[in-house]
Amino acid sequence: MPRTRRTLVIAASAAALALVPPLATALGEPFLISLFSRVVIYALAAVSLDLILGYGGLVSLGHAAFFGAGAYTVGILAFHAEDGSPVLDWPLSISGSTDALVTWPLAVLVAVVLGAVIGALSLRTRGMHFIMITLAFAQMLFYLFVSLEHYGGDDGLSLWSRSAAPGLDLSNATSFYYVCLALLAGYLVLCWRITRSRFGMVMQGARQNERRLRALGYPVFRYRWVCFMLGAAGAGLAGALIANQTEFVSPALLHWTRSGEIMVMVILGGLGTLFGPVLGAAALLLMEEGLAAYTEHWMVILGPVLVAAVLFARRGLFGVLCGGDDDAR
Amino acid sequence: MLLFFEQVLNGLQLGVTLFLMAAGLTLVFGIMNLINLAHGSMYMMGAYVGASVTAASGSFVLGLLAAVPAAGAVGMVVEIVVMRRLYSREHLDQVLATFGLLLFFNELVVILWGRQPLFMNVPPLLSATVEIVPGAPYPAYRLAMMGVGLAVAAALWLLIARTRLGMQIRAGASNREMAGALGIDIRRLYTLVFALGAALAGLAGIMVAPILAVESGMGESILVVTFVVIVIGGIGSVRGALVGALMVGLVDTLGRAFLPLSLRAVMAPAQADSAGAALASMAIYLLMAAILVWRPRGLFPAAG
Repeated sequence: MPRTRRTLVIAASAAALALVPPLATALGEPFLISLFSRVVIYALAAVSLDLILGYGGLVSLGHAAFFGAGAYTVGILAFHAEDGSPVLDWPLSISGSTDALVTWPLAVLVAVVLGAVIGALSLRTRGMHFIMITLAFAQMLFYLFVSLEHYGGDDGLSLWSRSAAPGLDLSNATSFYYVCLALLAGYLVLCWRITRSRFGMVMQGARQNERRLRALGYPVFRYRWVCFMLGAAGAGLAGALIANQTEFVSPALLHWTRSGEIMVMVILGGLGTLFGPVLGAAALLLMEEGLAAYTEHWMVILGPVLVAAVLFARRGLFGVLCGGDDDAR
Repeated sequence: MLLFFEQVLNGLQLGVTLFLMAAGLTLVFGIMNLINLAHGSMYMMGAYVGASVTAASGSFVLGLLAAVPAAGAVGMVVEIVVMRRLYSREHLDQVLATFGLLLFFNELVVILWGRQPLFMNVPPLLSATVEIVPGAPYPAYRLAMMGVGLAVAAALWLLIARTRLGMQIRAGASNREMAGALGIDIRRLYTLVFALGAALAGLAGIMVAPILAVESGMGESILVVTFVVIVIGGIGSVRGALVGALMVGLVDTLGRAFLPLSLRAVMAPAQADSAGAALASMAIYLLMAAILVWRPRGLFPAAG
């Protein structure tokens, strides 16, 4: 019964994630909480890419652009809050802020606007063009932030503290972890609802047979565009969280290998499964951590593992754990 | 004016390097319908092998003669071991597998050569400067690079338009099954084309080695710019690759040199410099976006 098994896998993973802080405290390894905060944040980014990649069938290799844009939104607002100078004088006056209720939604908004612009241009193309164009736009943003000397350029920007939220102490590792986890869960539920809605059905239909959907009268471009923006929103939120987690933003967040890593998480976990990417993010980051302890040249192992995973294990971790047919999709 | 002239030459030289990268990659994209992120690794391998052989033997020519076949051989092995299994797969699988290869090669050179970048001198024969126009000395080595690039462009055109192998390549590009049915060994042809592309990337790598640092990850930055060239030129078109490469080379170089200067005319110097630098780093991507809006399939879309 793959269906019950799937529920079981999700419930077990959710329980494991929820139990991380008490377990880490019990083991006397508080560093595990920050490691798993990273896992949860990257999981959020990977789930948002899965929406575009797995359901939309759009191979976007520029997802780090939205991730980095979200992070820089938080970073720049915090920088100006510290500095006392306005972010913008004209056309409207914006002052810096470290209030999570202001900066995080703004990070999402910035990512969505960016997704709207990049999507409008790149969705005009298909296949290989689309891959290269999303990659190129992300790289453009990377170089833009490298050249912004005012915000640290290549060296990045340190935050003085995490964002402030009413009633929550985000500088506390455990409460920050649970905030991240709650946001991940919320985004997962949102995506789950979206993929099962009429909108989600149109997206999946367009992936399988675009011509037929067009013939049925659906404006495929617009559906894809909205899907692209929804994915960008999740990545922007993840970016806002990672800026808070590390209290540091730098152009490295936008480098295109970051887009590649997020894509690897999606595939490793299971494309088009929504929950799979959470497992993929955990697997990749824990594997990195494990291999890095063993050798500094861990990438020389990870690379071939990746090639082998693509060639021989196509269903992803989630598919393997759930068993059964490709019903997970 | 002299500065402008010098920057145009720099732009052309960057364009020629990009062309060497783009020519091989566009053939692989167009003919095999394969997206290859590991192309920059071939460029890096060429640079590393060339720099070490040159350092060991003291001869740039030997370095060149070692780098190009080495990159070609690495390409051939990669094609036989990995790429061959990817032709029939989705683009997504190709992206991921070649991304894995790229991580592997980046770390492999760190293991073999260490984290310190290698530096290489311009060969003594070409270390002089030439005054093409009086008062503007220009390094002979960079001129030689341009010469090599243009010679390769001509040779590629001859190969593709005038030889039997070129005919087979064109046939394989337009209809794989039909070419196979007519007795062309498609597998061997693909391996050859892939190795050719890798060798050209290796050539680009060894040629830039004396003017850039040879380090792990050097292939990535040029790879993305190469993609921009291919998108502008049109996938599968060598002519498009040449035009796109020269355009991108000129726009990037001239933008970096003159955008901050020209913005100073309209705003305060400090602001002009930072805005100019930001704009210049985005210039080629804006060029790509503009061309996409105008022609989504590039300037010279290949047939089929």
